[in-house]
Amino acid sequence: MSETAKPSAGTRTKGDVLLEIRDLQIEGESDEVWRPIVRGVDLTLKRGEVLGLIGESGAGKSTIGLAAMGYARGGCRFSGGSVVFDGIDLRAVSDEARRKLRGSRIAYVAQSAAASFNPAHRLMDQTVEAELREGIRNRTEAEKDAIELYRRLRLPNPEEIGFRYPHQVSGGQLQRAMTAMAMTCRPDLIIFDEPTTALDVTTQVEVLAAIRDIVDQFHTAAIYITHDLAVVAQMADRIKVLRYGKSVEEAPTREMLANPREEYTRSLWSVRKLGKQEQPGGEPILQVKNVTAAYGNTVRVLNDVTVTVPRGRTVAVVGESGSGKSTLARVITGLLPPIEGQVVFDGQALPPALKERAQDTLRRIQMIYQMPDTALNPRQTVYEAIGRPLEFYRGLSGAKKEARIVELLNLIEMDESYVDRLPGELSGGQKQRICIARALAAEPELIICDEVTSALDQIVQEGILQLLMRLQRELGVSYLFITHDIATVRAISDEIVVMFQGRVVQQGPKSRVLSPPHPPYTELLLSSVPEMDPDWLTNLLARRKAQPAAVKAGDY
Amino acid sequence: MNPVVRTILQRLGLGIGTLLVVSIIISLAIEMLPGDFARAVLGQSATPETVAAFQREVGLDRSPVVRYFEWMGGVLRGDFGESYASAGSLAGHRRLVADMIGPRLLNTLFLAGVAALVAVPLALFLGIMAALHRNSILDRGVNVVSLVSISSPEFFLAYILIMFLAVKLPIFVSLASISPSMSVLERLYVIALPAITLVLVIVAHMMRMTRAAIINLLASPYIEMGRLKGARPMQIILRHALPNAWAPIANVVALNLAYLVVGVVVVEVVFTYPGIGQLMVDAVSKRDLPVVQGCALVFAATYILLNLIADIVTIASNPRLLHPR
Repeated sequence: MSETAKPSAGTRTKGDVLLEIRDLQIEGESDEVWRPIVRGVDLTLKRGEVLGLIGESGAGKSTIGLAAMGYARGGCRFSGGSVVFDGIDLRAVSDEARRKLRGSRIAYVAQSAAASFNPAHRLMDQTVEAELREGIRNRTEAEKDAIELYRRLRLPNPEEIGFRYPHQVSGGQLQRAMTAMAMTCRPDLIIFDEPTTALDVTTQVEVLAAIRDIVDQFHTAAIYITHDLAVVAQMADRIKVLRYGKSVEEAPTREMLANPREEYTRSLWSVRKLGKQEQPGGEPILQVKNVTAAYGNTVRVLNDVTVTVPRGRTVAVVGESGSGKSTLARVITGLLPPIEGQVVFDGQALPPALKERAQDTLRRIQMIYQMPDTALNPRQTVYEAIGRPLEFYRGLSGAKKEARIVELLNLIEMDESYVDRLPGELSGGQKQRICIARALAAEPELIICDEVTSALDQIVQEGILQLLMRLQRELGVSYLFITHDIATVRAISDEIVVMFQGRVVQQGPKSRVLSPPHPPYTELLLSSVPEMDPDWLTNLLARRKAQPAAVKAGDY
Repeated sequence: MNPVVRTILQRLGLGIGTLLVVSIIISLAIEMLPGDFARAVLGQSATPETVAAFQREVGLDRSPVVRYFEWMGGVLRGDFGESYASAGSLAGHRRLVADMIGPRLLNTLFLAGVAALVAVPLALFLGIMAALHRNSILDRGVNVVSLVSISSPEFFLAYILIMFLAVKLPIFVSLASISPSMSVLERLYVIALPAITLVLVIVAHMMRMTRAAIINLLASPYIEMGRLKGARPMQIILRHALPNAWAPIANVVALNLAYLVVGVVVVEVVFTYPGIGQLMVDAVSKRDLPVVQGCALVFAATYILLNLIADIVTIASNPRLLHPR
């Protein structure tokens, strides 16, 4: 590595101010009206310092992160304030000057590496793009350096991984490759925009550790954007809480975690405390017996899976992506007939394929999906979305149907004023509530919830979970609750099924599964869930180093 | 087998199947052409005896199914049959359909090739520039001009060009008659006007698709990432957007190139260019069925071949297909 390639790390001690944002105002356009997104935020970042930006979606976190690069997304514009990076006023200088800073002195790591790598080019070509363009290194040196960065980020096969295309590499690896890409020019500042949100917890630990190490090694300053407090606690020196485009409070990490001053901050903290008393199981409503399933007869996705759901209880199915959780739901609903085994519902074996099932059987098992945006037809009003199952399953029409729709809306804590809205006019949480009402319209006995809160903010999540729990108390409906989020599992389940690579690893009442001793995979999964303790990651890595895990997550 | 090779072979097989179906449709369509072929060829004054003799000679007295299989059998051996015009006792020498189509097809391909060599790069260039400077004066100007040219009937464009570039300013010639003795340069000079007409007709479509395909991608996260890596606007388009836009562009290019071979009749007539389009029109009016059949088959093959090439480009531009996991 040449001297010019690596600006002398020694000078990068914390102390002098690197980025100063004053009274930042950004507007976004919707329906031809400019509305404020960021309303007067101040931010100061010193060299080598990591600042955590936290808040719900719509709080303006990403917008501020991008503003630190002098960049406003399409449909957004700066409307006030200043952004000064290392003495350069980013709002005053030319486009060309701003462009030259990006990639070389300020780099960006996006939320979804899978979408942010160009599918048409190999990882290496994308990794070295900025430094070749800026003439920082020649191609041979740049590739050598990239391989070194891949190695430091603990990517497998660092020599070869660069010559793969993005679709050939897993999500966790891509996220680390993207961090390597951000590091190539040894920038002074990196914006991490929810870099681990799309990853499984087991993978997240690896990526967090890799990012923290490399930021440390190169004394890079960073803005770390996330909605997950426990994550930001591991990464940041200071935390800034945002809401509605304004700063709520800011403090050093430990202080912030110990005594949050503002009510809003405390409410963010409290979500994780939601809990439900475990209830013992009764007669089974659903039994999945020795099911083996595959897509296209080649890849076995489920292997001899047996799961029982007691009536009126919640069974949580946990596991990382690719463990077969959603496939299990597809088998139960009949969307994917199993190769072997059967699904017994209320004492009767169900026909394997959806089209062989009676309409009443279909009615009794309903499903709610992860993305309410795609699960609702954007051109159907709330009335149509909820009214359709009422007609189809219950044969209601006219005034009866209308009355029932209003009843259902009340049940999900909304009212008849929403009847004529289209999904586009509802918030994420409201859309998910409509999906719940649509499932309830069929008066089902079992609802399969596939990651229903994963796309929602923590506070909205809490509302949805409480609603689901209340509905269970009032209506006695049973849930098969698929999730990768252990906090959610703790909150709502009676029983837990742990899945790994298409098999059930552990199954039992919540209290037993969540308390030690654990089978190796459950141990890995549970220990990977970030905790609010800022030393959690450090301690976990030390423990794992001393005692290598018996099982490794499939993803890295 | 490599999945890409397999896919290509599948498409090729499918193309051949399509060609067979098309050959049946051609034969059916010709059966349904109104009028008496023998009389059309021999003229109204032909005696019943000559008509019968003619029908026997060319095989019109046998069933359509038998004739189809005979014709297909010949085609598979490379024999497209004989022109009716040479059949019967009235004509002296026999003319093979292949000999009639061959030189005309070459002429058409020459004109099409020249037009394509100008139009495709021009369309890509204009499309990229329009996408780069979206909503600018350049973008709007290019759009308006291309819309005008795409909306005008091609004969109209052709006559306008003749009026300005051959009559008022005699730069080019209005008659594009070429002969085997001409050099390439002479030919290029002679076909300048029909080539310009064709370019004007096809450039708009391809340019608009290029622009749309690129703009469609500009909202992708990887394009934003490119911007945040400090790539210049031109690099964003060429390096980050265009490689992912080849599939739709290739399909539109293929359609337009097919048009250059198949749809040029009007332009050929206006400039009296001896291409395959004119040959087919003449053959239809003379009820010279073997020639009509031959031309139709060549047209169908052109379409299928160009679409096959577009499919291959689509596959080759998609790393997911080219480099499976």
